[in-house]
Order: sequence, then C-alpha cells, then structure tokens
Amino acid sequence: MKTKNTIYITILIITTFILAIISIYYGSVDIPASAITRILLGEDSEKSSWTYIILQSRIPQTITAILTGASLSISGLMLQTAFNNPLADASILGISSGSSLGAALVILGMGGSIATSAITIGGFLSVIAGAMAGAFLVMAFILFLSTVIKNNVMLLIAGIMTGYVTSSVISLLNFFSTAEGVHSYVTWGMGSFGGVSLSQMPAFSIMIFIGLMISVMLIKPMNALLLGTRYAENLGVNIQRTRNMLLLSTGILTAVTTAFCGPISFIGLAVPHISRLLLGTSNHNILLPATALCGSAMALLCSIICILPGENGIIPINAVTPVLGAPVIIYVIINQKKIQYFN
Amino acid sequence: MENKDVITASKLSIGYKTKGNKKTVQSNLDFSLKGGNLTCLLGPNGAGKSTLLRTISASQPILDGKLILINKPISDYSEKELSHTIGLVLTEKIFAGALTVRQLVALGRQPHTGFFGRLSAYDKEIIDHALHLTGISHKADIYTANLSDGERQKAMIAKAIVQECPIILLDEPTAFLDAVSRIEILTLLHRLAHDENKAILLSTHDIEQALVTADYLWLLTPENGLHSGVTEDIILSGLMDRLFPEAEIKFDLMHGGYSPTVKAERAIILYTDNPILKHWTQNALNRHGFLCLEKQAAPEDKKLPELKVLSPSEIHLHIDEKNYSCGSFGELISILS
Repeated sequence: MKTKNTIYITILIITTFILAIISIYYGSVDIPASAITRILLGEDSEKSSWTYIILQSRIPQTITAILTGASLSISGLMLQTAFNNPLADASILGISSGSSLGAALVILGMGGSIATSAITIGGFLSVIAGAMAGAFLVMAFILFLSTVIKNNVMLLIAGIMTGYVTSSVISLLNFFSTAEGVHSYVTWGMGSFGGVSLSQMPAFSIMIFIGLMISVMLIKPMNALLLGTRYAENLGVNIQRTRNMLLLSTGILTAVTTAFCGPISFIGLAVPHISRLLLGTSNHNILLPATALCGSAMALLCSIICILPGENGIIPINAVTPVLGAPVIIYVIINQKKIQYFN
Repeated sequence: MENKDVITASKLSIGYKTKGNKKTVQSNLDFSLKGGNLTCLLGPNGAGKSTLLRTISASQPILDGKLILINKPISDYSEKELSHTIGLVLTEKIFAGALTVRQLVALGRQPHTGFFGRLSAYDKEIIDHALHLTGISHKADIYTANLSDGERQKAMIAKAIVQECPIILLDEPTAFLDAVSRIEILTLLHRLAHDENKAILLSTHDIEQALVTADYLWLLTPENGLHSGVTEDIILSGLMDRLFPEAEIKFDLMHGGYSPTVKAERAIILYTDNPILKHWTQNALNRHGFLCLEKQAAPEDKKLPELKVLSPSEIHLHIDEKNYSCGSFGELISILS
C-alpha cells in the first residue's frame, strides 16, 4: 500500500516536472532549446527579447499554472469532502462567480479603462481586490447559510442559486457598460495563466501558500468527515470550526486564483476525481498531495494545449478545461455504481 | 465483579430547543446504565429513543434535570473528553467506500492520534484486536464499499472499540440486517460488554433478539416514560404489554414475542401431548378465527368441535357430527373454512 502510493506520487512529480519543462521550452514564439537552456543557466542569449520572454513570461506562467492547478484542485477536494458531494467545487458553490462579480464591478465600473493587455498596476490590483471581496462575500453568505441549512445537498443547491444571482448581476452590469469594458471583462473571463507578472509572483505565491497550509491542517478532520458529521463529531472534530477553516481556505485559494487568472472551470471539479480513481482511496493523507500534483499537471497540460496554434495566437484556458474535465465527470457519473467512493 | 453505573440521570427532560420554543419529547426520566452489561432500549416509533441516545451522546443539550457521565455532568465535558468516553455506531450513511476496512476502523483512533492521525505500533495493535473481536480480520484490506450490510456494521462496531471508550451507544445497529447478521451483531455486543467490560446501550426494534441477549431492558413509551430493569424482571412483571398499549397485539410470555390479539368467533377443543404441535396448531387455528380450548375449560352445555393432533400428518377432526382425517394442516384448514 505504502510503496504503491510512493510510486504514484513519484510518477505525478515526474509528470508535472516534464510538463513544466515543456511549457518553458515551448511557446507561441519559437526560441531554440539551446538558447533557452543558456537563459535558464543565467547566461546571455543571442536576442535580449528571448531572455525577456523566458524570464518575464514563460517562467511566471509555468509557476502560475502549477500553483493555480493545485489550488483549484485542493479547494475542489475540500468542498467535495465537506459537503459529501462529488459535484461540489468553488464554481458550483458560487464562490467563483462571487469573485467574477467583484472583478466585473471593478473592470466595468472603470469603463473598461483596464484592457488586460495594457494594464496599469493600480488597475490590476483593484481587479484583484474586487475579485477577493466578491469571493469572500459569497463565502460569508455560504457560511451563514451553513448555520441555517444543515443538509449538505440543500446547501449545495443554495450555492448554485447564489451563483445564478451573481451571474445575472454580471449580465446586467455588462448591459449597462461600454463595449470596451465588456471586451476586457470577457477577456479576463476566458482565463489565462499569463496574468501574474514576476513582480506579483511573491504576493501570489504567499497567499496560495497560506490557503494550502490551512488545507494541510484539515487532513485529519476531513478523513473523519468521510463518516458524516455525527461520526466526525463523535471522533472529537469540532464541526463548526472545521467548516469555517475549510471555507476560509477554499475562499482564499479561489479568490486569489480567480483574481489573477480569471474564473477557471472544471479543474476543481474533475481533478479530485482523477486522483481518487488513480490512487483508489479517499484517505486525505495521500489524496491531498496527489490532488495538488495532479492539478498542477492538469493545468500545465491545458496551458500547453492553449499555445498549440503557435504564432496564430493563444486559445483561452476555459476553452480547454471543459474538454478535459467534463468527460471525467461524465465517466464518474456513468460508473458510479462501480466506483468505491460512491458507496 | 461489581459493575458501576456509568451513566445516571435524574428528572431528565429531553427534546428539542428551537429559537425559544421547547419541544419536550420525554420528561422526568430516571435511569442508570451499568458498566459491563448490554442494555437494550425498546419502544415504539416516536417514543424518543433516538432523542434519548442523542442526548446521552451530547449531540443535543438536555432540557432539564441531571445527566451524569462517569463522574461529572455531561455539560462539563469537552469535545475531546467526550470522544474518549462515548463511542457511537449510527445508521447514518457514510462516504468512506474507498477506504479499506482497516483504514475505516483506524479512524476510530483519531481521538488518540496526533496532527496527521499517524498510527503508532500500539494503535495498530488495537485495530488488529478490534478486527479480530468483530470477526472481520479476513476483510481488513478490502474496500468498505464491498462489504455486506452486516459486515459494515461490524466494521463500525470495531471503530467504536478502537476508540477505547467505556461506553458504546448504538442506534438501531440491527436495522436492515438479515436474521443471521442480527443475531451475530447482538451476540457480539453482549460478548464485548462482558469480556471488554463496556457499557453498551443500543436501541432496537428487534424485540425477540433483545430479550435473548440483553442483560437490562429500557422500555420507553410516550405514555409511561422509561422503565428499566433486568430483562427477566421486566418480562415477568408484565411490563412488555405496556410497550404498545394502543395496538391490537399481545406479548406471548411463553415465547417472548408479540402476536396479534386473537379475534375468535368460534372455539375448538384441542387434544395434543406435544407442546410444539400444540403451539403451531394454535397458530394455525388462531389465524383462521378459532380459539383453542382445553377439554376442562370448555363449557359443558355447548357441543364444540374437537381436534386431535397426533403428528403433523395425522390430524383427526370432529365437527358437525362428522369425522375427518387430515394428512396435513393444509387439508385441515380447507375443511375448517
């Protein structure tokens, strides 16, 4: 059992590493591999633009994909365990649309003065602040609902309703805003791992690190929650505190990634299933690290697929993630009688 | 060995509190739970069995009165202390299908383990012991999802054992189980209570098995509150008939089960020496509206039909001045009706 898990984790680490290398070496601008290696080793390359592309664009983009993939997947896993529902994730519970609404308010409120291609630092920071405020507001609302609604399925439906309301507010905002504003909001909404610059990277990684640390603290209570809340309570788990920490962690992870990369769908929903199917266990001690790695690999894979058209442009992330994610969910639903964690 | 009371309640009121509204389910309950014994909680639906179990496990607060757990009031317990004192087995759906039986049972060690729930050699020893006690050692490494209902219940009992609590509460542990598993589970719990010196309290609708295995009975009814005592004392004091006072059923003191009240329009005199034949002949006749009488008890003035049962295939019936011989109860019943 132990050795099997070690093998899987090793394979996932190697896969993630290879995908990271590919995403650094391969991009819409053709740069010779030898030049990239020299740049990575800190030497000068023939063209200074190449150095700039690698250090300022491809490396931050790769790190962002790794961190975002892990964050979305971990928050999906936590929500699925907390609500004992395989279809829970940040987008279903309305947390993502909350941050979208926050971002939309800022982007459209400024009349679209911040086009995503030419961002002023102040403008970009306000989008992030808006997204975070939105995510935390929805989270606070779900938290409040969770004290009133004890039934997890009902809470999930309440989350979906919250998502609908925020989405319709966004549509209204779009209706009243300028064409340029709508354009920049739509661009942000397509999702991209290129949104974090090297200078923003420390802040981005620290916030994600905090969110992930909280999730690590929840490993033991999440295992108890597999037995349902009454059993977990009997095993000494403080349900209310665990729920609050869980929503705090998912809130941070979702808000930060959504603010920087846009609302990225399906990774949070599908990756926990992929890792459960792969490892054949719901034990969070192993499932949590595996899900993080799996999420990173998945995000890198999507990011690589996005740059496949080469010089013809980049496919938006949200055009790729459902193509990879939805079949996984459909597979899981069709085979739910055979899959252990449904029974 | 003297067994101490591990739970004592006096003038206890149980029920629900919602926003200033109190809904009392039972009040003025006095009881005590003995260590090292198996106690069965019986009662009709709606009597408050689950509410009582939830109150004792501190899942819901007491409305009034006193409830002492081991040595202090239940409200003085922290979550951690409670998890060391009471182990629960519930009927709730669990989502641990992708855990192996051993991993599931290991969750019971959570109150004793550290930050990540890592198991020590001692923890593993206890888990093996519990798997052995519950007879599911051979299933230890298969997925919980692949267990039968009875085996899953045993795994949950093993979980409660590794929690190392002096008290184990079980909410209808034998619901949904077949006859064999029901008997196995109750026998297992009885053995646990005595061999491992646990106070085990379970609610059940399986009265027949409860009467066989329980050391103590708690009868909970909406009308009469809680009556407790040693099983035989309860049965022989006629309290079992008060468990379902409204219903048209009667407790059969001879066989320890309930049967419908006999609504007989006709009587028949039954002759047989064999108690087994007597029981099942009565069973058949009662079902078809006949009351069976002994010769001495029959009224002299009326001429009643007479039935002689010598063996299951040799039955003689005298009715309406005619004699019949039947080779089976099937034939007898077709003649009578």
